[in-house]
Amino acid sequence: MTSPNLRNAYGESLVRLGKKDWRVTALEADLGKSTQSVMFQAEFPERYFQMGIAEQDMMSTAAGMALAGMIPFVHSFAVFATGRAYDQLRNSICVPNLPVRICGSSAGLSDFGDGKTHQSVEDVALMRAVPNMTVVCPADSIEMEKMMACMLDRPGPVYIRVNRNDLPFVTPPDEPYKIGKVTKIREGGDVAVFATGIMVSKALGAAAALEKEGISTRVINVSTIKPLDREAVIRYAAGVDAIVTAEEHSLIGGLGSAVMEALRRVSHAPVEFIGIPDQFGVSAENYDGLMARYGLTAEAVAATARALLKGN
Amino acid sequence: MAKPDEIRRIERIACDLRANVVKMIGVGKVGHIGGSCSLGEIAAALYFSKMKFDPKDRTNKDRDRFLLSKGHTVPIQYAALIELGLIPREDIGGLKTLAGKLQGHPDMKTPGMEAVTGSLGQGLSIGVGMALALRCAKSPARVYVVMGDGELAEGQIWEAAMAAARYKLDSLTGIVDRNRFQATGSTKDIFDIPNLEDKWRAFGWNVLNVDGHNVSAVLDALDEASVTKGAPTVIVAETVKGKGISFAENTAAFHNASLTEAQYDQALAEIAQAKRKLQ
Repeated sequence: MTSPNLRNAYGESLVRLGKKDWRVTALEADLGKSTQSVMFQAEFPERYFQMGIAEQDMMSTAAGMALAGMIPFVHSFAVFATGRAYDQLRNSICVPNLPVRICGSSAGLSDFGDGKTHQSVEDVALMRAVPNMTVVCPADSIEMEKMMACMLDRPGPVYIRVNRNDLPFVTPPDEPYKIGKVTKIREGGDVAVFATGIMVSKALGAAAALEKEGISTRVINVSTIKPLDREAVIRYAAGVDAIVTAEEHSLIGGLGSAVMEALRRVSHAPVEFIGIPDQFGVSAENYDGLMARYGLTAEAVAATARALLKGN
Repeated sequence: MAKPDEIRRIERIACDLRANVVKMIGVGKVGHIGGSCSLGEIAAALYFSKMKFDPKDRTNKDRDRFLLSKGHTVPIQYAALIELGLIPREDIGGLKTLAGKLQGHPDMKTPGMEAVTGSLGQGLSIGVGMALALRCAKSPARVYVVMGDGELAEGQIWEAAMAAARYKLDSLTGIVDRNRFQATGSTKDIFDIPNLEDKWRAFGWNVLNVDGHNVSAVLDALDEASVTKGAPTVIVAETVKGKGISFAENTAAFHNASLTEAQYDQALAEIAQAKRKLQ
């Protein structure tokens, strides 16, 4: 039985990969419990490398391992993996296009208590902008497991955005998965909501509420943000009267930006973004409360869709 | 200890490498002459004597690795790869040009390059990762990482130094090209790092200090590094920036500079004369 917790699903998946392929290694910067790479440590101590609280060194060390034929998984909080070690990630890993997997855990606002220094609002923007990088963000732990199963063969670096918490199951368990896929998980003809990560479940909540008002909503799970399947985005954006993007990330440079880049030179319905305004996070007593503060709720998605349909 | 004729052979190759550097940078094109020439003997000793590296089998998983953390001085590495036949000699003029094959910093598309370096401070960490992976694979390969003395101001170097000692990476050898100059002046004036050997020692490394232009001493140090167990070794190599080109020696002015036609001719003449003395 799959745990609804993304971290656990990640850790268990990593162990499966380790069993399948001896080239899988894990690198950690004293956050092994938060990232659940401790599961890998218990199983494969000889391939688990505690690098201390030194993320920059860890990132380039992973590059060296990949250059010597391994498939390293680097772990840190999303904010440190993409920010603190950005130059190492860019130059050591992405320039030579190495198969390093960067697990950005506690992504978005999911580390609700620790506040702005530990919450990542701009990681997708950073990772999208760096050439050669693949950016994935699972909507639930079922998708997390399927994604991880693709990590042995995927060429080049991958950034995996991992939420810290339990997420509702929203993706169909039996549907085949591949990196790069943009999936329609709910049919609808009036509104299209492109969502990623936890916001997929919020979009489904919005769709259910809108249905009661006679508004039919299409929900699209964009779990691979880069490379974005432009054809699929254009196809799913067609024929509706309103388009909403929803992400637990800054309004600048994330999913909304990616969708609009895909829709250039294509006529489309009015678009609005749901995301975090151009500001850092804040400490909160719980995750739901923090999400609500930034308008990252099913209600907000529904309200935005209604407003767009009314021409506001 | 290496035999005199072996030492002489490496010394002559060092001259060839310096001549290649000068030809690569040519007339009127800005290039990192000083820090390339300070590595002449070290690059020659590694590529042409010490390292298990067969250019005909350059992807062999058990090959020794050469990483130039001070990636801006990649002309000296290109110079060696030209002599090894991995880079065609006719590519020498293509350094830092759109049509050419030789990038301004190490690039994986160049045959024989082992990593992307040049954003300073990252090479030792990459070397740590390689050494750890090679240990997992039970490979006997050794990893050599050449760092600049100015580069040692990067904090990541010391993170990597701690990691290498923590994992007892005795297959890893660091080499500090201590030419005592960096981009804008002498290291003493710009950012002095006193007690360098003590620092490495305190970080858990076996530390050797050699004259980096004395091939015999360099080879002996490399041999000692390869038999030292339980800790990585760093060789602090005392060198002369711009070595072999009188007007470029011991000055930051030729850290990254162009040569006039007269300077170009003089540099090649001085290097040729040095080589003749070694016959």
